[in-house]
Amino acid sequence: MPKLSIDGREVSVRDGTTVIQAAEKLGIFVPRYCYHPGLSIAGNCRICLVEVEKFPKLQIACNTPVTEGMVVHTNNEKAEGGRRVVLEFLLANHPLDCPVCDQSGECDLQNFYLNFGLYDPRFREQKVKKHKAVALGPHVMLDQERCILCSRCVRFTDEITKTGEFGIFNRGDHAELGIYPGSELNNRYSANVVDICPVGALTERDFRFKARVWYLSSAPTVCNGCAQGCNMDLHYVLDRPHLNDGARVVRVKPRYNPDVNQWWLCDEGRYGFGWIDRARLVKVLSRDGEVAAAWEQALAAIAGALKGGRIGVIASAQLTNEELFLIREIFWRALGAQVSASVPVKPGSCDDFLIQADKNPNTFGATLLGLAGPDAPTAAQIVDEALAGDLDVLWVMDHDLVELFGEEKVRGLSEKVGLFVFSGTNENATVPLAHWVLPSAAYVEKDGTFVNFKGRVQRIGRAFPPLQDSREDWRILLELAGKLGLPLDWQSPEKIFLALAKAAPPFEGLSYEAIGAQGVRVAVAP
Amino acid sequence: MEPGKPESTPEPEPFICSDGPVLSTRFKDPEGTWFEDYAADGGYLAARKALTSMTPEQVIDEVSKARLRGLGGAGFPTGRKWSFIPKQTTKPKYLVVNADEGEPGTFKDRYILERDPHALLEGIVIAAYAIGSHKAYVYIRGEYFRPAKRLQRAIDEAYSRSWLGKNIQGTGFDLDVVIHRGAGAYICGEETALLTSLEGGKGFPRIKPPFPAISGLFSCPTIVNNVETLACVPYILRHGAERFAGMGPDSQGGTRLFCLSGHVARPGVYEEPVGMTLRRLIERAGGVRNGNQLKAVIPGGISAKILRADEIDVAMDFNSLMAAGSMAGSGGVIVMDETTCMVEALHSAVRFFADESCGQCSPCREGTGWVHRIMRRITEGQGRLQDLDDLLAIASGMEGKTICVFADAAAWPIQSYITKFRAEFETFIRSGRTTRSLEVASCPS
Repeated sequence: MPKLSIDGREVSVRDGTTVIQAAEKLGIFVPRYCYHPGLSIAGNCRICLVEVEKFPKLQIACNTPVTEGMVVHTNNEKAEGGRRVVLEFLLANHPLDCPVCDQSGECDLQNFYLNFGLYDPRFREQKVKKHKAVALGPHVMLDQERCILCSRCVRFTDEITKTGEFGIFNRGDHAELGIYPGSELNNRYSANVVDICPVGALTERDFRFKARVWYLSSAPTVCNGCAQGCNMDLHYVLDRPHLNDGARVVRVKPRYNPDVNQWWLCDEGRYGFGWIDRARLVKVLSRDGEVAAAWEQALAAIAGALKGGRIGVIASAQLTNEELFLIREIFWRALGAQVSASVPVKPGSCDDFLIQADKNPNTFGATLLGLAGPDAPTAAQIVDEALAGDLDVLWVMDHDLVELFGEEKVRGLSEKVGLFVFSGTNENATVPLAHWVLPSAAYVEKDGTFVNFKGRVQRIGRAFPPLQDSREDWRILLELAGKLGLPLDWQSPEKIFLALAKAAPPFEGLSYEAIGAQGVRVAVAP
Repeated sequence: MEPGKPESTPEPEPFICSDGPVLSTRFKDPEGTWFEDYAADGGYLAARKALTSMTPEQVIDEVSKARLRGLGGAGFPTGRKWSFIPKQTTKPKYLVVNADEGEPGTFKDRYILERDPHALLEGIVIAAYAIGSHKAYVYIRGEYFRPAKRLQRAIDEAYSRSWLGKNIQGTGFDLDVVIHRGAGAYICGEETALLTSLEGGKGFPRIKPPFPAISGLFSCPTIVNNVETLACVPYILRHGAERFAGMGPDSQGGTRLFCLSGHVARPGVYEEPVGMTLRRLIERAGGVRNGNQLKAVIPGGISAKILRADEIDVAMDFNSLMAAGSMAGSGGVIVMDETTCMVEALHSAVRFFADESCGQCSPCREGTGWVHRIMRRITEGQGRLQDLDDLLAIASGMEGKTICVFADAAAWPIQSYITKFRAEFETFIRSGRTTRSLEVASCPS
């Protein structure tokens, strides 16, 4: 455990730690372009120069191992002067087209210039011309002139995806980033290179010219695209409907979680947000000619039918633990319904990195609550019972039964059962066959928790309110409980979770606070 | 001859020294030395001595005592470098020979490869034995067709006579030597870029640590030595460290092949003791051509800081030249007489560095290109006096901030030319054209 001093503060770190990591431990940020903790060390950008006493030259913090008694200065005149010079070199041939660059506002060339650059530019020569607006693949656009050749993207495709699309071609100031001839940047994690690009060289085609980043708000959540549960930040805009065609979600960025997804996110998850603002169910619909009806009217009618009826519920592993817990308490415990969240899963593709075949984010949570797994009935059993006339009420959450079981069966059960309720977020083929359609909130419009495939419970966060008349499933269920006269006065997902934690042993002792931003392991995957 | 243009002085045939005592004794024959001639001359006796009667430690010790220093340019003590190879390792160890002689003004390794390749091979056998390597790579610059062919001829001879391959001369020591041809990048002469290139990658220097002796070629312990350095080794073992060390000052033993080019009467390769002064060396090459006045000398390849005519009473060993504010470098001595325009000379140098920067580190990539564009503007008559201070500031900004020393090497000419010949630069900028005397330049010899 060598002990060293950085900017006059002492710190002990493990052997083999580099100066940049030791500084991080003290909360001292050393500027970096090429250094990325998830990639190998390149040491080429030279912006992390620091002064190490007894070394004649400035040293790069990213590749200098700490030694006992080392004295490091990250902020003195010598270190900052060295970095300022490096920045001037980096900006010499930079096109300075910030007004039309999507990176503007989150660009480390801009940030570092304002932090410690602030020199009077001396470069008066003709800048080197390179290619601009080169589409590298479905998601990523390259601007070679903005590139500072830090090689993060090259190392990402070499070391993380091992697909090796990127290369740096030519020499000297004609060196340029590109992909190998005949290749395309279309691996399943391609857009991560945009996140790690510290400048505007690699930008998202999907986000291109949609909004200036300073208009975006950000909310932490968890991807609902599969059972991995990658942590991410949702970037949205609410008060500028002229941007992004009025859609609220503008883009998604991975959020660091060392135990789940590190710094990365797959493209499928990243671009899977379109449904949140498109083809949404936003009105309560009744079967009588699909007229919009009020929530009050709908819930009163449904509660009336539920009392004393034989009930089947096909729940969804897209729902939060809190909602599944309410379903268990209301339908299973209080009303004695058949409840299943075991729905035939369409085989999804997977890999050995972040993409899971199970495309539901909360299958493990449903299993822990007894709604899925070997002991729970399957959705097919419930559908068969409904067709056999053994059910009075069938409630389907989210699923498109038509897709799963065929239109004929669903039309049949729609006629057979007394009440067929559908609650969900988006239009599908089952909606027109339901007797009541309840519009529910998307997962980014509510609080709650998911349990990923490894048994880690993680919080999702409400970024913005539900669209129009749609409501969170937990709110729908609580109001229904009120109509049924059940004493569930929990009011919020956080309170529901506390009740859940008391009732379900794996969650014992947990609270939202204890789960925190990075989640907690509650069970071990079978 | 183009009409209207004066006929230029025909380029003199280079003079190739064959006086010895260490490196050049067999340079006489332009067809090169064959195995039998080399053996008749006492060749491979040193290798036999090392393999049969010395331990690797004794070999390293002898080379250290000879005060042999790396003659590729850095001047690192060779024996010490060899001793950095870890003793306890399960990995193979490699010897890599740097024959990527690319420093402008340097053409010595070429003559060793062409005219005395067995001296290099014998040095390789001894060095490989000393560091425990069983595979040596010789990285030869792409432009060196004939040297590569000659060395391959010698390697084939050595294999057929059991001086390479399995169980060399029945001693149980194995060694294979493989030639790798470079593709013409100057940076591949930098030892870590050379290793990357040898592995099949783009010639990018590597960050240190780790150093090649710990993790070099294919992440294995590796020693990279220059051709001339290794060619000195057989002499040391045959004649003893004292004799070699005695040829030079206390800090450096032996002789060097100095490459004299530019405005000397008799350009060529001269083997001289490292302690010889630069003035004496120029005299050895017949002095400045046409009886002209000496203006400046680059003592150790284009990267070395330039010396004025009044600074040439300096010995040519590493320490003396460093004390004089320049460096011995690769031994490439470029002589400039009074007809030389320093602005054009610097323009030529910076264009070279702008072309050859690998482009990896920002200060070097951007700095070399920036400097080149300023210098081009100046030579086109569009310079401003402020440019000179800008050039110095850019040069100091590049210096000491990069992975390898290329940026430093690119900065030194800028700094030395401008500070030592500032008046000439200012005159050029003010008048927008060169001040060199065209009459003298076109004068027939």
